Amino acid sequence: MIRKYYTVHALYKDDEVLMDAVKTVRAADQEIDEIYTPFPVHGLDKALGLKPTRIAIASFLFGVTGLLTAMWLTKYTMIEAWPQDFGGKPNGTYGQNVLAFVTILFELTVFFAAHLMVITFYMRSRLWPWKEAENPYPSSTDDTFVMELEVEEKLEDVKSLLEGTGATEINVIEKIDEDYE
Amino acid sequence: MSHYESPYREPLILGEKSYHDISVDIARPIETRANRNWWIAFTIALIAFLWGIGAITYTIATGIGTWGLNKNIGWAWDITNFVWWVGIGHAGTLISAVLLLFRQEWRMAINRSAEAMTIFAVFQAGLFPLIHMGRIWDGFWTLPIPNQFGSLWVNFNSPLLWDVFAISTYLSVSLVFWWTGLLPDFAMIRDRAVRPFQKKIYSLLSFGWTGRAKDWQRFEEVSLVLAGLATPLVLSVHTIVSMDFATSINPGWHSTIFPPYFVAGAIFSGFAMVQTLLGIMRKVTHLESYITRKHIENMNMVILLTGGIVAVAYATEFFVGWYTGSPYENFTYMSVGAATGPYWWAFWSLILFNIVIPQLLWFKKVRTSFIASFLISIAINIGMWFERFDIIALVLSKGHLPSTWSRFEPTFVDIGIFIGTLGFFFVLFLLYARTFPVIAQAEVKTILKKTGQYHKNLRDNSHD
Repeated sequence: MIRKYYTVHALYKDDEVLMDAVKTVRAADQEIDEIYTPFPVHGLDKALGLKPTRIAIASFLFGVTGLLTAMWLTKYTMIEAWPQDFGGKPNGTYGQNVLAFVTILFELTVFFAAHLMVITFYMRSRLWPWKEAENPYPSSTDDTFVMELEVEEKLEDVKSLLEGTGATEINVIEKIDEDYE
Repeated sequence: MSHYESPYREPLILGEKSYHDISVDIARPIETRANRNWWIAFTIALIAFLWGIGAITYTIATGIGTWGLNKNIGWAWDITNFVWWVGIGHAGTLISAVLLLFRQEWRMAINRSAEAMTIFAVFQAGLFPLIHMGRIWDGFWTLPIPNQFGSLWVNFNSPLLWDVFAISTYLSVSLVFWWTGLLPDFAMIRDRAVRPFQKKIYSLLSFGWTGRAKDWQRFEEVSLVLAGLATPLVLSVHTIVSMDFATSINPGWHSTIFPPYFVAGAIFSGFAMVQTLLGIMRKVTHLESYITRKHIENMNMVILLTGGIVAVAYATEFFVGWYTGSPYENFTYMSVGAATGPYWWAFWSLILFNIVIPQLLWFKKVRTSFIASFLISIAINIGMWFERFDIIALVLSKGHLPSTWSRFEPTFVDIGIFIGTLGFFFVLFLLYARTFPVIAQAEVKTILKKTGQYHKNLRDNSHD
């Protein structure tokens, strides 16, 4: 089956106008596919109904992993594999030695939490060298806010709705999905 | 009215700027050709760097006997420079992390360059311990990796090893923090680029950033968490550097106030270096609308505070040394013996550059003057170098046994390596200033309506 639909791009030049537009469009039960902005617009994620990101929780778990790794490393190397003899004094247990390792435990916790979180962010948001940028208008990294909608019918209604929100430009791209089931 | 800010607050962005104007202003140094002054500065820096490479090559080929060290003074010049550079490397992450947590918006105009400076300074710092190993090719022995010697491991009890972990964590975390913030700005340059080669390069650097709503949501969360992680990290690094000395049993080094005192000193010197660099950069790159008098004044206030902490620490060290009545304490870097002994000039340089001159910043006229701030920042850079030299060379020159007393004189190789790191630092910074977006433009755009002069005036006039 063949499905015909339209990708509509509404362009805005102001973040406050965009925020109002998002609220208007969502109130009219029209789904917004994507928004490209040149800078973080505060409250946009809530207005769009995006779920809060869980990346901070991931970072905490990575930090715990780092702490456990550091504990294992210091215990294995300093207590088990090569207990050191400082002037004939007994090496002691891990608990007696752990104070000397606090800095290592801290540094590795931060190391794991920071780096693994950033790697997770890059993976989830699909960012890496040689990745092609997908913003439809180059000016969306400069001063243009782009709202992307997918419309199947009632194109004219959506267009007039968007015109009422203060969009400076509205572009429609006709798309055909041939493998639609 | 979501962008309201009290009219009493000074604007942070001067002039009539739109979002597009910000992009144009930030992209200008990248899109235009370098002028003659840049080439002159770059050539001087490059020559200094090459001189340093020569001195390093000579050291590695011949051995560290080429340095001015002797049987008593086992490290002096190299560790002084190491601590000096690490200290300078403290302002960047402090500005971007601690000031982010405190929601200080003036940070946005300076964080990018301060972080760049941090990373470049830590590169210089890292060179010194590596060269001092003598056999630089064995540098990887500082890492806990299984090796051919059986089960011999690194010593996790040693503050020198803590340093390896602290500095490599600090460098790498600062680097990803910096780069993540750079992605939207590289993307802006990429989307403006006309020449295909430039487009390709910035496309590569921007990791395909597109600015989707979800990406921004994650971006902000990641920035916040990284700031939370980097804040204790930046404090830990110089704490650990101070433990290189404080955990030893030398009089003058074995001191419990070293960690907070070193951290304050590091922030003091780091901000001074930011002041030095930005004082020049705002003029050269025509970014006076973004790096304003207010920014300079705020940084001067941080300098005044941390300089005060350092001065109190000196006074404490001096008093305690005198109060113990121990003859050993009379030869520490903060003592009557130091002030009148063979290194009196180093002692008094420290007092003059680090305590006396920064007090001028109490005057509003001085701390809001660009030229005065620049000159004072240079004085602090010199003063903080002398602080480390005094702590290290002075203390070691007068040990417990008078027959072992000696004196440290740097050789031309010592001086050459130091000049080389200065050259390397400025080579990196000058290249950065021409190829990187030197202001976090995406962040600055978020505060334009709130704190831009034009928007503030519009709002204030509409109330009348």
